[in-house]
Amino acid sequence: MSDEKNREEKNEEKPLEDLGVSGLSRKPRKWQTCTPSSLPEVIIKRAYEVGVVSEDSRAATYFQIDHSVLSRAVQKAFQGQLEVMSTKEAMKKYDWSKKYWWNLINKDMDQFTRLAYTKWDHGYFIRILEDQKVTLPLQSCFFVFTDYLNQNVHNVIIAEPGSEAQIITGCTVHPNIRGGLHVGVSEFYIKEGAKLTFTMIHAWNRNFNSHPRSAALIEDDAVFVSNYLLFQPVRNLQTYPTAYCKGANSRVEFNNIIYGSGDSHIDVGSKVILQNSGARGEIITRALATDNAKIYARGLLQGEHEESKAHLECRGLLLSDNAMIYTVPELLAKAQGADLSHEAAVGKIAEEEICYLMSRGFSEKEATSLIVRGFMDVSIFGLPRNLEENIKRIISITAERAL
Amino acid sequence: MTRNILEVNNLSVEVSGRIVLKDVNLKIPEGEVHVLFGPNGSGKSTLLMTIMGFPAYKILSGEIIFKGRDVTNLPINERANLGINVAFQNPPTIRGVKLREIIEHWTSSMMEVENLLKKVNFSPELLDREINLGFSGGEIKKSEILQIMAQKGDFLMIDESDSGVDVENLKIIGNAINDMLRGRSGLIITHHGHILRFVNAHAAYVILQGTIVCSGSPTKILTQILTEGYGWCYKCPMRRIEKRKMKRNR
Repeated sequence: MSDEKNREEKNEEKPLEDLGVSGLSRKPRKWQTCTPSSLPEVIIKRAYEVGVVSEDSRAATYFQIDHSVLSRAVQKAFQGQLEVMSTKEAMKKYDWSKKYWWNLINKDMDQFTRLAYTKWDHGYFIRILEDQKVTLPLQSCFFVFTDYLNQNVHNVIIAEPGSEAQIITGCTVHPNIRGGLHVGVSEFYIKEGAKLTFTMIHAWNRNFNSHPRSAALIEDDAVFVSNYLLFQPVRNLQTYPTAYCKGANSRVEFNNIIYGSGDSHIDVGSKVILQNSGARGEIITRALATDNAKIYARGLLQGEHEESKAHLECRGLLLSDNAMIYTVPELLAKAQGADLSHEAAVGKIAEEEICYLMSRGFSEKEATSLIVRGFMDVSIFGLPRNLEENIKRIISITAERAL
Repeated sequence: MTRNILEVNNLSVEVSGRIVLKDVNLKIPEGEVHVLFGPNGSGKSTLLMTIMGFPAYKILSGEIIFKGRDVTNLPINERANLGINVAFQNPPTIRGVKLREIIEHWTSSMMEVENLLKKVNFSPELLDREINLGFSGGEIKKSEILQIMAQKGDFLMIDESDSGVDVENLKIIGNAINDMLRGRSGLIITHHGHILRFVNAHAAYVILQGTIVCSGSPTKILTQILTEGYGWCYKCPMRRIEKRKMKRNR
């Protein structure tokens, strides 16, 4: 019996309705392989909103619609530096790759990981080869085209020793989608001396559910920067990526910008586990809630080595009396000398700040917009310039919508 | 006859349920700079905030006339755009908003920005910092002056720009304010009067417990305060006359 068939059978006792999302489909139409720029305008436009642009300005592009992989191309100039393929393809091609599957995340962790294990709809395998510095970002897009679809992807990203790359992943839906469920499992392996900047931008809709499950293993002198941005309403979104700073002088940064609107229920956290000497971690979260949105912003720093250090900063801004932000910062020291700290502040825009800007000639609306835009400013994240510009553009649109 | 750029008539103001200004009257002719003296908590900054239109300062009675127009109920930004600009004593820190965004809102070229920066010896790097976040005391004062220089209003209110700054910065700030006030009108609040070494003021007032108790020559009043302290003002015969006047008006 094939591994996949075995998985399907195991899941028979777990119908999708148990996941709190009824009427989901697992039978979308099949899409032919093509270049993303030849796709219908509506798809290109939505993909653009989550940072996915023309493949010419990216080192590589992976594009998946529903359960079909449309593109997994590496630009000529970058061939030999990296590999991009579907995870199903990688599993067949490289027998050794199996050790990277379900290694950092337990497939029985929860109902969503079990679903992704048993009903697996591709996902990308990205490998940056040893000592290769990829100068242009790589991009990937998970697009849901079919109404009430369940899409479960499993991604594996390996940054081989001494390599450097930036990956932008945009996840979004067709504007006419009424609901659905996306489960994304991502396992990151950042090997000795490697540096990976991973930026994930989500734009779902008000009746869509998303449950990403991610973990990263960071080896000696390696750096992992994970940026997560959510700008559109969602019914239910829950994610809590974990970074294991296993290597000496390993470093992780989690930067989250969450804009909750409509009736969104958003539960976002990051966990940093410091396991070696010189391990460093930082979590920065900006949560902005309007309408009836509820945002839970979590963070856990776990110091297991005496020469480790991490900081957590969470700031929340409420733009509506019906919205809610609940911050849950946790520090767990398991070794003397582990230096862990956190700061959190949640509140409305201070009237004093609005008045000050008004005294400089800005209208109340302009003053609020300046503060909201500034609150979501990504320049503190130290992103590559082109990516930063891209995100600023998205933030500008979001700030306009927020007001 | 010179017209008044600002008239404050019988102004009484409440802050958080407490009456802070009582029947304040003030007239500043166009082109004149007036000074407001007073001990801590006497209502000096309250007067400035009320003229600027901050909603926490609730007007119980009276009116504010600017350039002949009643601005008592105008929003803050409309007053600012009419030409009332203020350099605050304790401006808030505004995270996420860069000083550059305010300066560039009011200037038309990089050269203009550079000229303004030079006038207050302000580091260009500070323009890309969040407003007042991590600024030193001197930098905050200079940032305020820089902003009102960029705004180019006709009536400038300057609140304690000379307090808490070292000798060199006082000179820079003093000269910049003097330069800015040339041909304009203003109201300056000062505790110690250091700024008056640089600025030629036409008249001064003393405010005690929310009431303007006397007016006169800035130098004379300042000398009296520096020699006798505000204790003298409480005993001053002028104050008793003022009190009697107020009682009669009621």
